[in-house]
Amino acid sequence: MTGADTHLVWLLLGVLGLLTVATAIGEGLKRRNGPTPTIENLNARIYAWWAMAALLGIAFLAGRAGVVLLFALCSFAALREFITLTTRRAADHWAIATAFFAILPAQYWLIWTDWYGLYSIFIPVYAFLLLPVLAVLQGDTRNILVRMSETQWALMICVYCASHVPALLTLQIPGYEGRNILLIAFLVIVVQLSDVLQYTWGKLLGRHKVAPALSPSKTWEGLIGGAASATLVGAALWWITPFSPLQAAAMSAAMTLAGFLGGLVMSAIKRDRGVKDWGHLIAGHGGFLDRLDSVLFSAPIFFHLTRYFWSTV
Amino acid sequence: MRPLLASLTGGAILLFARFITAVRAIWEGVGPEPVQRVYFANHTSNGDFILVWTVLPPALRRTTRPVAGSDYWLASGLKSFIGRDVFNAVLIDRRKEARSEDPMETILAAIDEGASLIIFPEGTRNMTEDPLLPFKSGIYNIAEKRPGVDLVPVWIENLNSVMPKGKVIPIPLLCTVTFGAAMRREAGETRETFLARARAALLALKPVGEDPA
Repeated sequence: MTGADTHLVWLLLGVLGLLTVATAIGEGLKRRNGPTPTIENLNARIYAWWAMAALLGIAFLAGRAGVVLLFALCSFAALREFITLTTRRAADHWAIATAFFAILPAQYWLIWTDWYGLYSIFIPVYAFLLLPVLAVLQGDTRNILVRMSETQWALMICVYCASHVPALLTLQIPGYEGRNILLIAFLVIVVQLSDVLQYTWGKLLGRHKVAPALSPSKTWEGLIGGAASATLVGAALWWITPFSPLQAAAMSAAMTLAGFLGGLVMSAIKRDRGVKDWGHLIAGHGGFLDRLDSVLFSAPIFFHLTRYFWSTV
Repeated sequence: MRPLLASLTGGAILLFARFITAVRAIWEGVGPEPVQRVYFANHTSNGDFILVWTVLPPALRRTTRPVAGSDYWLASGLKSFIGRDVFNAVLIDRRKEARSEDPMETILAAIDEGASLIIFPEGTRNMTEDPLLPFKSGIYNIAEKRPGVDLVPVWIENLNSVMPKGKVIPIPLLCTVTFGAAMRREAGETRETFLARARAALLALKPVGEDPA
């Protein structure tokens, strides 16, 4: 086994252990206190993480093709949820169909072929200019600026940002060859754990709300406790990254902050549209975007920090 | 060979419908029980009955037949294969002058064979801004002639944006299918009051706060 494989096995065993403990706690709480909404929500989250870990594990085994395909499908599901809530008119049919069936596959194809010069500008430049043309050519001008903007925003968040997770595989870091897949594991573990830890700290100590107008569940205690403990976990995972422990801590802090702010932005949108969750992936427990929002905001930040400071391409 | 091909095609259609719409059933007024029912739904797209069919559990799906226009479903070999073999549709002729048999007789015969049905009481696809067109009399005639069968309102949300009329490529959007409480014609209820009550029961299932456009 290569170094990457050994590290991956240890990581998977660690995640497996963590999820087993979490499941035992969740089921124990349910047995002791009965199925209260909070406990049911906790258990639903734990099962979502099991599914996430299993999917990521399978994708890692399949290598680059598996990871690119997995995130392309995630983008598809996320975009499906996002577009459902946007302002649409019949005239947007072609623009939206193009977003789903041409731009999304093209972006992931560019990642697959490692064409940084194009995948980093494809959606911000070419989709940005093309889709409004498709929309206006239909001749319906009502709410046109809102419609164009929302479609572009959906693509940026659900496709462009998400595609920076598999894009981590294209970085070339001296001394880290063949191990890039661990960068994905690092990103996903730190950001997801940060979500959990913020939630846990918030439930235990939360008093002061960060942004009561956006999200009633986000507190300063949760944010500080969660960010600090996720940063510690990230630092402790330095051995799977090209970073030193201190650098891994700084990266984790940056990702955690981006993820938190992303969560706020996405809650603001849900609040405006009058929905509690983005979708119904698991009946009554939210959609893809509810579980991925923080990853979407932190992935491009993590990608570019790593690329700027460590990668040779 | 043909039944195998039909069940494979059915599976492919189910998979495709879920891929595009991630459709979810909300069993609000009734559960997915194996009772003979006439599901009546709003009609905005040719894919409507496919979504209802998709969210039914397999055992119910096998005994539930959509009622559809033969002028459309017999128009080509492929359509007729999908309509008859895959969905086992009850095909009725909507053209008054050309038809040889009474559509209501065909529908009642299917009920007497024990099938559940999916019907669209608006009679035609709704292309207006109104959420629901006035009902045609068919549903009243069923309720009157087969008073022992439950009528279940079914609201299909969002499919009209997935597949607007005249478009070939569907847009992926989340859809829901909401099942309301079963109803029957009450003793002495007139055609007008029954149709209004049934229409109101269906409209009451429409999710509020939707339609951002």
